[in-house]
Amino acid sequence: MNPYIPVLISLSFGLVLGGALSAFAAFLGPRKPSTVKSEPFECGVPMVTSANEKMSVKFYLTAILFILFDIETIFLYLWAMAFPQLGWFGIVEILIFMLILVAGYIYVVRRGALEWD
Amino acid sequence: MGLTADEFTVQFISTLLKFSILAGMLLQVPPVMLLVERRIPAFMQRRKGPNRVGLFGFRIYGVMQALADTIKLIFKEEVVPTGAQKAFYHLAPVFAVFPAFMIAMAIPYGPDIQVFGHTVPLSVVRVDVGFLFILAISSLAVYGVTIAGWASNNKYALLGSLRASAQMISYEIPLGMSLIPIVLIYGSLDLNKIVEAQTHVWKWGIFLSPISFILFLIAMFAETNRTPFDLSEAEGELVAGFHTEYNSTKFAAFFLGEYVSMFVLSCLASTVFLGGWQVPFFDVRSLDQLVGFTGVGAFVGFGSLLMKAAFFMWLYVWVRWTIPRFRYDQLMGLGWKFMIPLGLINVVVTALALAAVRFS
Repeated sequence: MNPYIPVLISLSFGLVLGGALSAFAAFLGPRKPSTVKSEPFECGVPMVTSANEKMSVKFYLTAILFILFDIETIFLYLWAMAFPQLGWFGIVEILIFMLILVAGYIYVVRRGALEWD
Repeated sequence: MGLTADEFTVQFISTLLKFSILAGMLLQVPPVMLLVERRIPAFMQRRKGPNRVGLFGFRIYGVMQALADTIKLIFKEEVVPTGAQKAFYHLAPVFAVFPAFMIAMAIPYGPDIQVFGHTVPLSVVRVDVGFLFILAISSLAVYGVTIAGWASNNKYALLGSLRASAQMISYEIPLGMSLIPIVLIYGSLDLNKIVEAQTHVWKWGIFLSPISFILFLIAMFAETNRTPFDLSEAEGELVAGFHTEYNSTKFAAFFLGEYVSMFVLSCLASTVFLGGWQVPFFDVRSLDQLVGFTGVGAFVGFGSLLMKAAFFMWLYVWVRWTIPRFRYDQLMGLGWKFMIPLGLINVVVTALALAAVRFS
């Protein structure tokens, strides 16, 4: 049997369960809507502006850095799997790769991209 | 025995069976944890905790509290905030639930068993890239948090989701890095092969790669947004974080997703670092011959894994009521400035040590 058939089964179960939990909220329970009740919670104060406003640029920066380092992690997995075949050659190669990466990392730290103030 | 079955039938039926048992078990995790998470802190703080709700006049230490809470939650009114982005608002709970369930399917819960002469693995999804499957699917959990906060049209929710998503993606890197030495040592991405390699206590991941274990433990707490990393729902600042505007069964979905992913990461930590279904100083697979009944060894192994996972679940609760919350800059500093360099050094040192032993 194809090993990815169970993946499909569990994916569909997860989606159905999540969908059911999301949908049931509308059917079960009372429904007494009012304007005040459905206001977004703001500690009792009427909302002045929309919530979807500007956010700190640091979050974008974190996301970009995440992509770089995550791809690097995936590279390391590939190397780790081929480790017995590659031997010392693989270790030297991965050390060079890491050296380049660490240079970038030091640059990022020095520029203060990881400081949250 | 005239009973024969071909490979596909056996595998398909056993998959469905394993899947139903596991899904049923996973759905029991949140109710149990709901009670545990209120009773254990109560004992730690010398209170009683919820001990009133019982069945037919018997209190039985309040075990029915979880049922009462669930029923209350189901029959709550759903309030959709004005200005919410409807489609995304309804979609977010789905993303909170399904990744946790999918990862749970990839964990080996016991040694392979023989059914009608066919080998049946005791994990629902048995792929040879188990690690990558788990890492890939667990990344999807970020979407639930991000979408929930963005679609709610609530400032607290938005701030909570921004914090949580930045935190989750930051700690995913140390989580991935901490598992690389394990792949190097055991030479496989298949979780079952990794467990089978941990035949002796001294071959467990925790002893062969202790730094990995510490990194994984910290990243595990951060990935599930638990104390001391629960910045996303810091009650004093953000009301409830990304699920401020969610109620009724939608809130239950987030709750379910959180506890199931906690349980799954506990299982993964036990599988990788504590020998999975192996029992210390004893081969569970020899039990079948010893007792003379197939499946006993698998059952004992399953119990062994559950015990280890229960330890981690208890650790979650213990830590929650012991360590105070981090500040956000401390949290990101710990992830980026301490754990990532340490993870890289750990990989290099493990590789060099292994090479010195194997290639010399």
